[in-house]
Amino acid sequence: MATTGMILPGLEDPAARPFWDGTARGELLVQTCGACGVKRMPPRPMCPACRSIDVAWTKTSGRGRVWSFVVPHPPLLPAYAEFAPYNVIVVELDDDPSIRLVGNLVESADGAINAIDPATIRIGEPVRVVFTQIEDVALPRWVRA
Amino acid sequence: MANTIKDRTAIVGIAQTSFGKGIQDSELSLACQAIAMALDDAGIAPREVDGLVAFSMEDGREVEVARNVGLGGITFFGQVGYGGGAGCGTTGHAALAVASGQCEVAVAWRARKRADKGSRPWAQTSNRIDNPWQWSRPWGLLRPVDEIAMLTRRYMHEYGATRDHLANVAIAFRKHANRNPHATMKDKTLTREQYMSARWVSEPLCLFDNCLETDGALAVVIVSAERAKDLKQKPVYIHAYAQGIPPQHQTMTNFFCEDPLAGPSHTAAKRLWANSDIKPADIDVAQIYDAFSPLIPLSLEGYGFCKRGEGAAFTDDGALEWPNGRLPTNTSGGGMSEAYVHGFNLVVEGVRQMRGTSTSQVEGAESCLVTSGEGVPTSALVLRR
Repeated sequence: MATTGMILPGLEDPAARPFWDGTARGELLVQTCGACGVKRMPPRPMCPACRSIDVAWTKTSGRGRVWSFVVPHPPLLPAYAEFAPYNVIVVELDDDPSIRLVGNLVESADGAINAIDPATIRIGEPVRVVFTQIEDVALPRWVRA
Repeated sequence: MANTIKDRTAIVGIAQTSFGKGIQDSELSLACQAIAMALDDAGIAPREVDGLVAFSMEDGREVEVARNVGLGGITFFGQVGYGGGAGCGTTGHAALAVASGQCEVAVAWRARKRADKGSRPWAQTSNRIDNPWQWSRPWGLLRPVDEIAMLTRRYMHEYGATRDHLANVAIAFRKHANRNPHATMKDKTLTREQYMSARWVSEPLCLFDNCLETDGALAVVIVSAERAKDLKQKPVYIHAYAQGIPPQHQTMTNFFCEDPLAGPSHTAAKRLWANSDIKPADIDVAQIYDAFSPLIPLSLEGYGFCKRGEGAAFTDDGALEWPNGRLPTNTSGGGMSEAYVHGFNLVVEGVRQMRGTSTSQVEGAESCLVTSGEGVPTSALVLRR
């Protein structure tokens, strides 16, 4: 498999693997305590609310809102520098606003991360998840909802 | 009050190497030079040193430092993690060790070689990661500046902070550096127009919101308050010390908890002020960790100089500037304009203020707050004359 030079999950962290298995199926999952039901992201072995190590995963609607965003400029790693300036956003999920995820705002699933004019991005604007395949990882990104 | 270390130890020696880019000496060599000079400053023989506290990111390990500087038998050694969060932490651990009798002469230091672009950790990341960065870096949130810019945009949105506030910070520290012959930016002034037209690094942060990657080293020597009375230098007492990791904290990418803008300084401040007779309103001068300009308003809020959301406005009207500001801050130029040595230069400048030897000396200053990295597990000190 050709490498893109992008930073990608190694898919070997057992706590994280179900998330990445979910994105490969086109599902956005959040880790959920198997005992008390409290959701938590990023995933980790123990529930900080009840100390259970039982884990479930909950499928989300894939809808959220922009919580914040940045526009990186060089110097950057080459795989990213070629798109700079591009946007990176943090999304809070409609299903549970205490859950936030990092992503990019794109025009379509395989759209470039620099296609949207950053001056048009607004905190609070609604977004919907899409998935793009990079090497062996399905990376969630976001389009305007 | 519990059995605290209040005023039971003092910093009695300080030193620094020159700061710059492309210094040939290794981190270990720089560390040893700074430590030897700090012991000279204190008038203490190297063989008397029996305590060492290092940054976990340090290249020069305790055994190597001890062998090079010719230290005595070491009975206390330890490390503090999280990079820029550790400056006050190493000093505080040294004070704890001296106060509790685990050693008598402790040294804390930081040597760092980062001026070379290839040495920056973000540029050395392997392409496949299974650590917490897998939740941010794949999307191009690669560098510390990108991570802090994300919090900054949200802070601006919630509280109406502007780039003018960040410029207040950058300009104040540059003015102090212009008075400091050892500062990297000694000869470079900074105007608001230059700030506003500077190139972006990660919007909303521009070039002048960033610290200076620097090669250099600094060290401090800590002994008991009793021993300090008989030494060469005027003792600078460690009045209070604390560390801080807030609940559900994630280092640098602190976007995932309930209140991301209430960072580690809020946690450290609770313990610091609880153990301190000196309160925020009493503090004469401050050295606040400034890897990035927005850490100043966040820290001003965290350490209780103003309320939540008021940190940006606090910087107006020259509040951070020597000599007339209400809280002269980073009087050597700080990480943004003197040197970025993981914030350890802030500890040393705090000591100079209490000795009365800063190049931007606050007249009659009796107390100084020194803080370490906001955004990472942090630490802070209250120093007094």
